[in-house]
Amino acid sequence: MKPIFTVLGAAALAGLFSAASAAGTLETVKSRSILNCGANGQLPGFGLPDAQGKWTGFDVDYCRAIAAALFNDSTKVKFVALTAKDRFTALQSGDVDVLVRNTTWTSSRDTQLGLSAAGVNYYDGQGFLTRKSLKLNSALELNDAAICVQQGTTTELNLTDYFRAHRMRLKTVTFAALDEALSAYDSGRCDAFTSDASQLYSVRLKLSKADDHMVLPEIISKEPLSPFVRHGDDQWYDIVKWVHFALVNAEEYGITKANVDEQTKSPNPEIKRLLGSEGNFGEQFGLTKDWVVRIVKHVGNYGEVFERNVGQNSPLKITRGLNALWTKGGLQYAPPIR
Amino acid sequence: MKRVSEPASPRVSPLYNPKYRSIAYQLALSALVVLLAYEVVSNAIENLARAKIATGFGFWNVTAGFDISQTLIEYSAQGSTYGRAFWVGLLNTLLVAGIGIALATLLGFVVGVAQLSRNWIISRLAGGYIEIIRNIPLLLQLLFWYNAVLKTLPEMHHSLMLRGGIYLNNRGLFLPKPIFEAGSGFVFEALIAALIAAIALYIFSVRRQKKNGKRPPMMAAIFALLMGFPVLAFLVAGMSIGFEFPESGRFNIHGGIEILPELVALLFGLSIYTAAFIAEAVRAGINAVLKGQTEAAYALGLRPGATLRLIVIPQAMRVIVPPLTNQYLNLTKNSSLAVAIGYPDFVQIFTGTVLNQTGQAIEVVALTMAVYLTISLVTSSLLNWYNARIALVER
Repeated sequence: MKPIFTVLGAAALAGLFSAASAAGTLETVKSRSILNCGANGQLPGFGLPDAQGKWTGFDVDYCRAIAAALFNDSTKVKFVALTAKDRFTALQSGDVDVLVRNTTWTSSRDTQLGLSAAGVNYYDGQGFLTRKSLKLNSALELNDAAICVQQGTTTELNLTDYFRAHRMRLKTVTFAALDEALSAYDSGRCDAFTSDASQLYSVRLKLSKADDHMVLPEIISKEPLSPFVRHGDDQWYDIVKWVHFALVNAEEYGITKANVDEQTKSPNPEIKRLLGSEGNFGEQFGLTKDWVVRIVKHVGNYGEVFERNVGQNSPLKITRGLNALWTKGGLQYAPPIR
Repeated sequence: MKRVSEPASPRVSPLYNPKYRSIAYQLALSALVVLLAYEVVSNAIENLARAKIATGFGFWNVTAGFDISQTLIEYSAQGSTYGRAFWVGLLNTLLVAGIGIALATLLGFVVGVAQLSRNWIISRLAGGYIEIIRNIPLLLQLLFWYNAVLKTLPEMHHSLMLRGGIYLNNRGLFLPKPIFEAGSGFVFEALIAALIAAIALYIFSVRRQKKNGKRPPMMAAIFALLMGFPVLAFLVAGMSIGFEFPESGRFNIHGGIEILPELVALLFGLSIYTAAFIAEAVRAGINAVLKGQTEAAYALGLRPGATLRLIVIPQAMRVIVPPLTNQYLNLTKNSSLAVAIGYPDFVQIFTGTVLNQTGQAIEVVALTMAVYLTISLVTSSLLNWYNARIALVER
């Protein structure tokens, strides 16, 4: 190769390296006109593609809600299935615009990993799945048990903390993928399988004899699950955060997929502001006036998203519990739009 | 030879001198590589700083807080650091690579020789084994073996209890663990003395054979020495070696030596897979030895076994060792597939759990690459040394 070409090539390469992340995420997504969303891919109820490749789930609907707010089209999402291990790298490197993959909000994820948690969309906690034949009533009886766990999660640490706090002995068997951990538990390698309680309900259905297994009552950790974005792009962070708040507010004011069009004519000033018939709150985010109408039309409100994917209208049948609205004794509470 | 053109050659500008030109090109290329590396590193640092991602090896001395199912050195979730976890993982990888290499070599040689057998069934069986195993992805084989091990072994509450306090179930194989008490040093000394004596006897018998062609029947004596001496010392020292027997608990078996089903499955998968490639290298090596060598050995009255051992294999080794090196390196690197079946190898512990809990992707991945590079370079330099030793000495 002639040296001049080599130099040109090197210059081009150097240009490539420094070109990253000049524009804001919102502009990038808009010009791409598709949202890259990091999702689970293996967890029924939260993120799972079906046989036709159509993704469904609680977390998946959050991605669809963001796409609906941006493009008025909830199908303009490219889902990227991520393992627990790879998820943060994928977000940090810009492979995905937002990570909605039942990810726990912790301090080190905010600081060390350079990410921002955009509000708790599901209050979860870690629990144990065991065989009924062991006749256990409490996780405190698990002293000395072998426990299968998925790698790269806060679950691993909570497990050790819990056993340490109660002076119990523990044998963990760690797997990279959830499915492998579960199948090892299923074939008797472990006495218990531990994960977030929401996951336990969903994976129990995958076991060979689901009825032989039960979830122990103890919840041993706080697992506030949250969508994540990269640090440093406040506009994008605000959008993702407020899509969640919009879903919760919509439920609070009784705005549903079915009645959203009627509700735009509501005299209630709160609803007027939320649905954009008064003020221009959507435009302040860099979106349109009717952004909440778009979201609710495509995916429904928070309660609808919950019941459809993980609640009573799903095989999981998880009760609202902590995820009920604050007006109904739960923790879901959204700041007002004004 | 005398250069004729020299006095006639005109003064060439250094620009057209091939020597200077090549130096200039090489300098330019080096500068370019350095520039590129600098650009990549500084860009990474800048991006990390912008995203406020912490950097550095500060995590090394932080308490790890996670549990590891197989530890060859002292390790506890509460008291040990990420640095300690690094060593635990490294040793687990070396363990599986070491045993795997030994097993694969043994099996590979047997299958390789069997493939050349004149017995039709044996050679076809060996050929079939090679073709099937080589052409199925290793990950699938590992999952197969893991499930096979888990599904065939009984559950914990129906453990097989073997003689001598050995338990076997799908949680692993549990063996009694020898406990060395005071005075057990004497038994070790006796063992070492017996070993030295046995080696001396062996050398003596080989020399005798070279001298008068007859080998004194020393095997029985050597065996008696190796067994008798330590046992005698054991009795004299007051039976100072005790055993810790495994005991069945509510959920698991405690105490003793524990061999995990994950380790067994991984060893099965790796050694069976690599053995197929080694067998091919062995077959190629043996085929590379000219038929005349075998015929000459037969003409001298050597039996087929002795011919193979003394004439063919030593010459074949020169052809076998280079591809064998590759296979050893492959086996070591493939052991990182352990993540799929829950064996706590280096990648699983360090690049998996530690990376995830600390978030130091660049540091952890760089260290992981350095570790595998070191293991590979050490392995290949050992085998290169061995290869140089057995190489044909040309005169």
